[in-house]
Amino acid sequence: MTVSHAELVSRVERARRDGDWTPVTDAIPYARFLGLAVEMRDGELLTRMRFSPPLVGNASIPALHGGTLAALLECASIFQLLAEMETVVLPKTINVTIDYMRSGRAVDTFAKATIARLGRRVASVHAVAFQDEQRTGVASATGHFLVLGRDDAP
Amino acid sequence: MSAPTSPPKAQVLAVMTQAFRDGVPHNAALGLEMVDVGPGEGYATMRLPYAEALVGDPATGVLHGGAISSLIDATCGAAVFMKLTRPLAIATLDLRIDYLKPATPGLDVFARADTIKLTRNVGFVRALAYHDDPGDPIAAATGTFMIGTKGTSVAQRANRAPRAPEGTGGGTP
Repeated sequence: MTVSHAELVSRVERARRDGDWTPVTDAIPYARFLGLAVEMRDGELLTRMRFSPPLVGNASIPALHGGTLAALLECASIFQLLAEMETVVLPKTINVTIDYMRSGRAVDTFAKATIARLGRRVASVHAVAFQDEQRTGVASATGHFLVLGRDDAP
Repeated sequence: MSAPTSPPKAQVLAVMTQAFRDGVPHNAALGLEMVDVGPGEGYATMRLPYAEALVGDPATGVLHGGAISSLIDATCGAAVFMKLTRPLAIATLDLRIDYLKPATPGLDVFARADTIKLTRNVGFVRALAYHDDPGDPIAAATGTFMIGTKGTSVAQRANRAPRAPEGTGGGTP
């Protein structure tokens, strides 16, 4: 499936109005591969990674593959930028640092991202992944993203 | 230098290929394949075949950074494993990935990881992802791994299958 950048941007604009991000995640093959869904809960954006057996890294515990948590945190950071920037530009990841705190269990995982700084060229975003109500951190990430072309920049 | 019990490299590669695919469901889902190992020296190279399902940018067909993160995480783990003198479970402590340029649509991505230091508790790793030239990398990574965590190591899991990877780490004094 090919979705142009213009179409992707218009899907993001629509999602920001009506809160339904499914058309956005549907457009990204890798987001479907991981089983990602963006959910609005009490006014905050959460990215959910639905558990499925192909996400397992260590079958003996079982624990999620570290790469899936990295991908979830990176995606949550990008979705947060897409949701919060005045004008929609597609962020490009410069780098991500992932800290793994405990093994991810074989259940759904949520990620909450917070924009630490939104500059003219670069955004810094923190994200935490958790699997319980207390939001006990399973993994966290700090990422830097190029956000060139924002015309809402200071 | 290398211990007499060290199995030949081809044998280690066969065991690692199987262990990192059959013992790690997500590696299998990504189609990750072990292409080279350095038992004792502590390096590994893995291949991520290009697949439409792993695309992050639907307009261009460029692979998602997350798929490359998984490739790098797996390869770094394998590199640490290749430095161990006996099979122990390991776990990623942290991983930093710099995305240097987009992967070219349609091309497989390789990652080569080297364990630059192994202590009793921690393995320190560097990795590069590239198409065919490590001198023109797609991503660069630095990671640390905890040694001897709970759970069974990939080799122990593979042990249940034929071909025991006894001394997979081989060689390291």
